[in-house]
This record gives sequence, structure tokens and C-alpha cells, in this order.
Amino acid sequence: MSTGSLLLWVVLPYACAVVFIVGHIWRYRFDKFGWTTRSSQTYESRLLRWGSPMFHLGILMVIAGHVVGLLIPREWLYAIGIDEHMYHLGATWLGTAAAILTLAGLAILIYRRRTVGPVFLATTPMDKIMYVFLGATLFFGTLATLVYQVFGAGYSYRESISPWIRQMIIFQPHPEMMEQVPIFFQLHVITACLLFALWPFTRLVHVFSAPIPYLFRPYIVYRSRDESRGAGARPVRRGWDPITTPPNNRGRRRR
Amino acid sequence: MKVMAQMSMVMNLDKCIGCHTCSVTCKQAWTNRSGVEYVWFNNVETRPGVGYPRTYEDQGKWRGGWTLNKRGRLRLRDGGRLHKLSRIFSNPKLPEIHDYYEPWTYDYDMLLNSPSGEHTPVATPKSLLTGKDMKISWSANWDDNLGGSLETMDQDPLLAKMSEEVKAEYEKAFMFYLPRICEHCLNPSCVASCPSGAMYKRAEDGIVLVDQDACRGWRMCVSGCPYKKVYFNHRTGKAEKCTLCYPRIEVGLPTVCAETCVGRLRYLGLVLYDADAVAAAASVEDEHQLLDAQRNVLLDPNDPAVIEAARAEGIPEDWIAAAQASPIWRLIRDYEVALPLHPEYRTMPMVWYIPPLSPVVDVVTNTGNDGEDVNNLFAAIDKLRIPVGYLAELFAAGDPAPVELSLRKLAAMRSYMRGISLHDTREESIANAVGMSGAQMEEMYRLLAIAKYEERYVIPAAHAEQAHDLEEMGCSLDFEDGPGMGGAGPFGSSSGASVPVAVENFHSLKNRQTADRPSSPGRVNLLNWDGNGKPEGLFPPEEKK
Repeated sequence: MSTGSLLLWVVLPYACAVVFIVGHIWRYRFDKFGWTTRSSQTYESRLLRWGSPMFHLGILMVIAGHVVGLLIPREWLYAIGIDEHMYHLGATWLGTAAAILTLAGLAILIYRRRTVGPVFLATTPMDKIMYVFLGATLFFGTLATLVYQVFGAGYSYRESISPWIRQMIIFQPHPEMMEQVPIFFQLHVITACLLFALWPFTRLVHVFSAPIPYLFRPYIVYRSRDESRGAGARPVRRGWDPITTPPNNRGRRRR
Repeated sequence: MKVMAQMSMVMNLDKCIGCHTCSVTCKQAWTNRSGVEYVWFNNVETRPGVGYPRTYEDQGKWRGGWTLNKRGRLRLRDGGRLHKLSRIFSNPKLPEIHDYYEPWTYDYDMLLNSPSGEHTPVATPKSLLTGKDMKISWSANWDDNLGGSLETMDQDPLLAKMSEEVKAEYEKAFMFYLPRICEHCLNPSCVASCPSGAMYKRAEDGIVLVDQDACRGWRMCVSGCPYKKVYFNHRTGKAEKCTLCYPRIEVGLPTVCAETCVGRLRYLGLVLYDADAVAAAASVEDEHQLLDAQRNVLLDPNDPAVIEAARAEGIPEDWIAAAQASPIWRLIRDYEVALPLHPEYRTMPMVWYIPPLSPVVDVVTNTGNDGEDVNNLFAAIDKLRIPVGYLAELFAAGDPAPVELSLRKLAAMRSYMRGISLHDTREESIANAVGMSGAQMEEMYRLLAIAKYEERYVIPAAHAEQAHDLEEMGCSLDFEDGPGMGGAGPFGSSSGASVPVAVENFHSLKNRQTADRPSSPGRVNLLNWDGNGKPEGLFPPEEKK
């Protein structure tokens, strides 16, 4: 095990994971106001209407595929009757379809961002850096699938990359598992790590605001002026922040 | 019965002269920032007209508000929760900036710094979105005073509901102004549409607000509001809306739009309502019954049972007293002259309007008849189907009866009061003809015509013991470009804690007073010179000795 291997397959992923987690906590505590999708739909919606759902649905499929391929040991899948051949077919073709959807969506979105004046002006430097890493990760991932899985003999990453990740998660790193992995997979993993490190500082944080609670809350929300908003809320500053009442009145009309 | 208090407004449209003072002062107070250049929390529309944003009342297109499903249950017109989430990546019903208008400024510097030449220099309009030259073709009140409305009037969604003949006659018939703010509805569909739960109705006074820390910019509130009174700040990526100037309301002051209204046509006050009855009232099947249903949700503040229940809910005594003195309650329930805007959206709006009688009076007077004679006016109200029909679409879901009754009361008041001032006679029969007494008529006249500040705005302050908390806490240096913060930060200037209003105002004023350069690149001129120093180009060059 070389130093380079240790750096690339142990130090880098862990460092990125730490930045990812701590960064999100920090951002949520100190920049709730900046935590938004920053939609540009008011400027332009014709292209967005195609590009955005394509990209988002595609990337959700991609994430689901990664969960199945990386986190679930193949023995478990064998146990429920999904053998190597079935998995390979599913992963390759569904994965390719998801990749096409995602990349086409991203292409539309980037084209839109570059050509529609107001949208381009609303693009921050951070957005641009993020697009580079997001695009690179998607590109290498798709390239690896195409080169090794679709047109190549097939590479069983579930014997190398997947166990490597699972060992990382339980803090027993085995960097040697990654050493023999084909180059495009390696590049895919590295760019993905860097993307994760960048994540909390970009608009990608909106992923963690997926409004699932909307399905379960009552339609009309009442909030009292004196209601505290829990840890991480901004300090009381503006009039619309909670205003404390005298102790005898506290919580008198909390709903 | 669950009693809640609601701060509400009534506008007397007869008095609106369309001067836009409310819009301008509101904009100066709340939306004179980048990102909300196109936003008017208060706007004044000329009706008939297409409104702002264009054709917002066409719910077949924009799908705002509530509707009843096949089982008679209340549901959002644009679909339920799952349906909303399924379209979260691209909201197909979101108005684009061009449905409002593309905000612009002018290249003023050109006027001052262009070299002398044959032609007068022109300040070209520059888009505030792209910075490029643009052609101004629409704005928030482009069809002001029916300007150009021959071309656009057929897009008015209310006229589209009326007959062809009416449309053709319309411009000759009448026009009036409709000032609009957020309705602070009892059953707000914007709140119901917000996936993040960032929008809420304040339990104390019913003001509907957006939590800027919790908003994630999903934009569903914008399409959910049938009045299109929630706006998307395209710079911060968050929703913003009329706040009913709650910092002023909390200390007992009227809203900026009401305070500055030249015609004194706005009334502010509390009403008590039964929160448990709202859903049932909003689900009434017959749209024509919605107005009565909403009136019945409001509770009589003088009823001992209501007072008892209000105390049980913890509503302070001075708030109950304010509800009893409320001009809103009197206009809505005692006199029944105020009507809600578009009750058919089923949001239970709480900014109500007294429909304008003046178009009717004008028609009568123009025909050479006495425009203050009660019989002439009654006959005209009966005969002038066009104004009544249009007002009914606006204020009563198309039912002419409540509009007619309201107009007849206003007409009766006009005649009754003329009797007093000309002949010193109190003609009780005029008042009785609209189901009122002469004394009531005089009270209503007083409230509508000569009510003073304290009678028009009955606003109980938030309690004095809370006053110190109303001050803006936090470090006064901690603002954008301030010494407490190193500039805009890594996420762009729209990120980070927002600047306290007082700090923002203080620094922008100071910047303006001490700026040595105009905001657009160019030289200092007489308009932007603060008197400090000797800016280049303003003085003749010093003579060299």
C-alpha cells in the first residue's frame, strides 16, 4: 500500500466526508437565509420545464442505483433472487437510461444558464465551480459504464469499489481494494469526493430541504409571535422574528 | 368556537382617485431593493383592465386558490400535496417575470455627460435583469386610466365572463380604481401550498407572513395565491409578500399604504372570527352563498358569549375593546356595505371593498338628471347592468344582489345627507328604503366621510411590556460590507444573515449623502452632488498662477 493510495482512497474521502457533514451543520446554523434552491424560473421557464425535471428525475434514479450497487452487499441481492446476470442487465441499462436523462437534462440546463441573459447574470462563481465538479462526476461515471460495462467485458465493481465504500463507512479502510480499479471509475470516485466536499457551500444544499413533511402537515400553518424556532435559528433581530412575551403570558396561545 | 383576532382592512373605492401614493410609499418602504424591483406589495389597478400581473384573475390559467372536489371537499385548485411535489422541479403555473413586467432603469448619465451635438441626448431604458437596452412595453399599471385598453381590455378575465355587447360598451360605461394588497385570508391557499411550511398565519393578528429563514424557494405559494400577491425575490430566491406593515401595526400605527392614502379611503381594525368555522364556510357549495358564509364566520364582538370565548383564548382586554370599536366590523356587518374581493376563490379574504357608486352618479348626472336624487339613483342602479354586473364579478362571485344592496345604501346615504344639508330635513323614508334608520345613516356617513385618524385606524398595540423586544437586536456592525462582516461572503451577496432594516436605511442614507459618484458610472453632477469637496467637472478649472 503506497502513500499515494492511502491519500487518495482513505484520507481524501474521509476529509471530504468531514467537510460535507461539518459544512452542512455550519451552513444551516449560520446561513439559513442563503439556504434555497435559488430558482431562476421567473426569468425563463420554457427550457427549464424540460431540463429541470429530466435532470432531477435522472439524478434521483442515479442515486437509487448507487445505493443498490454500493451499499447493499451482492449476497443480499442473491438471497432475494437477483443474480449477477440480472443485476448486470439492470444496472447497465437502467443506469445508462438514467445517465442519458441526467446528462441531457444537465446539458439543457447549462445551455439555458449560458444563453439566457438574466439567468447567466444570476450565476455565482460558486455555481460555476459546482457545475464543473458535478459535470465531471457525471461524465466519468457515464464514461466508465459505457467503456467497461456496455462496450467492454464488464467490470465487477461490486467486488472492489462497493466493499471499499462499506469498509470506509465502518471505519475499517482498505485502500488496496481501489488500486486495481479501472481509471475512469477511479476518476469518478475522486471527482465525486470533491463534489461532496464542495456540496455544503453550493446551492446543492437544497437537496436536504426536500419537503417530505409537506405530505403530513395540516394545510394552514399558524404560528405565534412568541414561538421559539429551536436550535440554529437566527438570533432575534427583525420584527418578524419571535418576540418574547412576559413570563405570565408565555405560551398562552401556542398552537 | 375558537375565537381568533384578525387585523383587516376596508377600502372605500368611491374615494380612490388612482394617485398611486399608496403604491409608491409602500414600494419605498418595502420593495426598493434589487430582486424585488418588479414587486408591488400594493398596486392600484384601473378596472376594467388586465391587472397586475396580467390576467391574474383567470384561474383557469393560473390555478390559484381553492375549489371543491367531486365529493364537495375543499382542495387546492392546482392539486393536492402529492401533485404539488410531483411538479416541484418546474412549477408550470408560475408567472414569469414578463407576466409582471421587466424592471428597468434609465441611463440618466447620458443626459448629463453626452457631448454637445445636434440632437438632444436621450436616457435610454436599461433592463435591470440583463443590463442591456430594452423596449418598455408593459409595467404594473400600463393600462392606467384605461390607457391603451382598447387593445388589452378584451384580456380582462372578468369581462370575458360578460357578454360581447357589454365588452363593446365598456369603455364608455365607467372605470374605477382598485388598490390591492395581500388579502391576509382566513383560509390562505399560499400557506397551504408552501411545501416548506415557511408561510404562516400569525395566531395573534392573522397577518400572513413568510419565514425568510425557512423558505426554500419552491415557488408554490406564488402560483397558489389567486390574487398573485406573493412574489419571488429573484435575487435571494425567497418568497416575499405584503406584511400588512406588521412592525407598524404592532406599535399601533396603520400600514404605510393607509397612513399615506390621500383620499383617506382605507380603514384598519380587528375583527374576531371563529377559526373552527372557516373550513366549513369556505366549502359552501353555492358560490353566491360564500359571501354570507364569510360574514357569519366573523363574530359579534359585543356578544357576551363571544367576549367570554375570546378571553378564554387569551385575547387581551384591549384587543377585545379594539374589536368592538372596529370600523371593519361596522362596515362589514352593521352596514353591510363592504364586500370581499373574489369570494369565489374560497380563501376568505380579509381586505374588503366598498363598491364605487360614483360611476352610477356620473351616468345620472351626465343625462341631465339630479345625481343625488334617491329615486334617480335607485333606478340607475337597477338599470345600469354593466357596472353592477362587473362589480358583482369582482366582489360577489357574480351575484348582483349584494352589490346592488351596497350601492343602494350608498345612494340613499347621499340623498339623505343632502336633505339634511339643503333642507334641514331628515327623510326617514330614504333610510328605511334600504333597511336602515336615519341615525344609522348618519353614523355611516360619519364613518365614510369625516372619520378622523383614530376612527379609521383602530389598532391595538402589541403590549407595552414587549416594547423593548421590538427593537432590532444584534450587532449594528454586522451587515453587508460592514466592519463586522468581510463583504458578500462565498455564496454571493444574497446569502448570510439579512441586514437589519434600521442599519440598511442608515447606511444607504449615509452613502447617498456622502457619495462622490452617481450610482451609474459617470461624473458627479448637480443632481447627485452632496456639497462635499470639489468634484471634477463641477467647477471651472482653477487658474494657475
